[in-house]
Amino acid sequence: MTDLTTLTIKQAGDGLRAGDFTSVELTQAFLARIEAVEPTIGAYLTVTGDTALQQAQAADDRRQGGDDNPLLGVPLAYKDVLTTAGIQTTCGSRILEGYLPPYTATAVERLEKAGAVMLGKLNMDEFAMGSSTENSGYQVTRNPWDTNRVPGGSSGGSTAAVAARLAAGTLGTDTGGSVRQPAALTGVVGLKPSYGRVSRYGLVAYASSLDQVGPLARTVEDAALLLNAIAGHDENDSTSIELPVPDFTEALTGDISGLRVGVPDEYFAQGGLQPEVEQAVRAAIAQLENLGASVKPVSLKLLDYAVPVYYLIATAECSANLARFDGIRYGPRENTGSVFDTYRETRGAGFGPEVKRRIMLGTFVLSEGYADQYYVKAQQARTLIRQEFDALFEDVDIIAGPTSPTTAFPIGERVDDPLQMYLSDIYTISVNLAGLPAISVPCGFDDGGLPIGLHLIGPAFAEDKILAAAHAYEQAAEWTTRLPAV
Amino acid sequence: MAFTLEDIEHLAALARLKLSDEEKEMYQAQLADILAYFDVLQKLDTSGVPPTASILPKDTTLRPDAVRPSLPPETVLANLDEADREANQYRVDAILEG
Repeated sequence: MTDLTTLTIKQAGDGLRAGDFTSVELTQAFLARIEAVEPTIGAYLTVTGDTALQQAQAADDRRQGGDDNPLLGVPLAYKDVLTTAGIQTTCGSRILEGYLPPYTATAVERLEKAGAVMLGKLNMDEFAMGSSTENSGYQVTRNPWDTNRVPGGSSGGSTAAVAARLAAGTLGTDTGGSVRQPAALTGVVGLKPSYGRVSRYGLVAYASSLDQVGPLARTVEDAALLLNAIAGHDENDSTSIELPVPDFTEALTGDISGLRVGVPDEYFAQGGLQPEVEQAVRAAIAQLENLGASVKPVSLKLLDYAVPVYYLIATAECSANLARFDGIRYGPRENTGSVFDTYRETRGAGFGPEVKRRIMLGTFVLSEGYADQYYVKAQQARTLIRQEFDALFEDVDIIAGPTSPTTAFPIGERVDDPLQMYLSDIYTISVNLAGLPAISVPCGFDDGGLPIGLHLIGPAFAEDKILAAAHAYEQAAEWTTRLPAV
Repeated sequence: MAFTLEDIEHLAALARLKLSDEEKEMYQAQLADILAYFDVLQKLDTSGVPPTASILPKDTTLRPDAVRPSLPPETVLANLDEADREANQYRVDAILEG
């Protein structure tokens, strides 16, 4: 019998429908693999084996009763920043150790309604702040392609789990590239939907104007299936937009003839772009052209401003959002007898160094005398960045380039250099500032056998365009059939 | 932008963060470095450009302002220690001395 963990979501759904195996068998296969491989990878913060088997049995019963959909009985796992009622949700932070949320995030709830099985909760950089998952307050997650290297971040547990076949698919979140960058570094598909496409209810906020939930999977089709289930307006999140949600798999025709692809010159003029990444991405763009797309050079002159604008806005928002973690309502409390000291002690002990760094920076940029110079200036620049994308999308349908300037870096290499870490988000960050959808799809390997990602960006709410292009490329290139040896 | 140790202590107080002496020194240096890099932004002409308030293409959708069932208190209080849970309340240190 095939190893059931090698199946894509689509294949697993087909096998369940055909009666080749049950959801209980599929779930058992994943739980067995988690037991065997997880000590090497460290993707999970919580494995919910018992509830998973109960949910699998319920899915099998539903199927027996005539129910069917592509996710019914498929085992998934979720980044630990998405709340799950009664199941510990830590956001990778000690300040939420033991926290049992009273409600479930809408994106997770929609997957559960579809009948997906939850295997557990996945490791991440604390409060989604980081690009390597090394900022977790709990454990290091290792890259399945080379366990001495990081899986990227902040959704590194979510991408490592997919790459190491510890779940058929996962959810991550993306505030500045946290779905796409780790997807590139672990050789999986990662989709950041348009801001407003997926409800943020139950996504513990880092930077509310940038955060978005996104699927991670082995194939573009799987990502589309997950997006189908989680997309759409939710009355619990007023920023989730009331727009029709198409069946995104219908865009996956393989035909991209006439698609206009823009390639910003600035993407390849960056210092720090690894030559093998440039080579692979240029080859992928040439392949899109072979498939019938028309490729033209374009310009994103504001690219250099994206990192400062992002870190000024995101840290400002985080300093406000994380004020709620004071030891009163959630997590451990350092009792001192004085309310302000209780806040200070609890937060000082509970937050890790990167979270404190961003709270300090955000507090500064919003502080009296500096807000205009930094925060307001950044929001003005954000307007210009959005306008630059709007103008570009008059001329092209999608934008293509690298997801990350380098392949996976060694564990520990960048932990003492926050600025260097911030620069690993150079290609992904402006997408969040403009609220656009973007996808990372595997496009090759470097000389060390580490995966490389192709980044495709579309106009707001045009997920279908980037999915179509990513799928056509993926089918032609066949990188996704290669699996790590772990 | 350079920071004195007092600046860092002021920010930490605003942010309700207790920092160790090592942390204060680390952030004193790092915040200055990060902001120095971000100074590139001051070169961008933004005169007359409105700051972004929302990136949504249409107005947010509001639900009807109708009373709906809330979460049960025992669910919301599930994260408290036993004494507080039984007393059905959050117990905090006094804010005002009376």
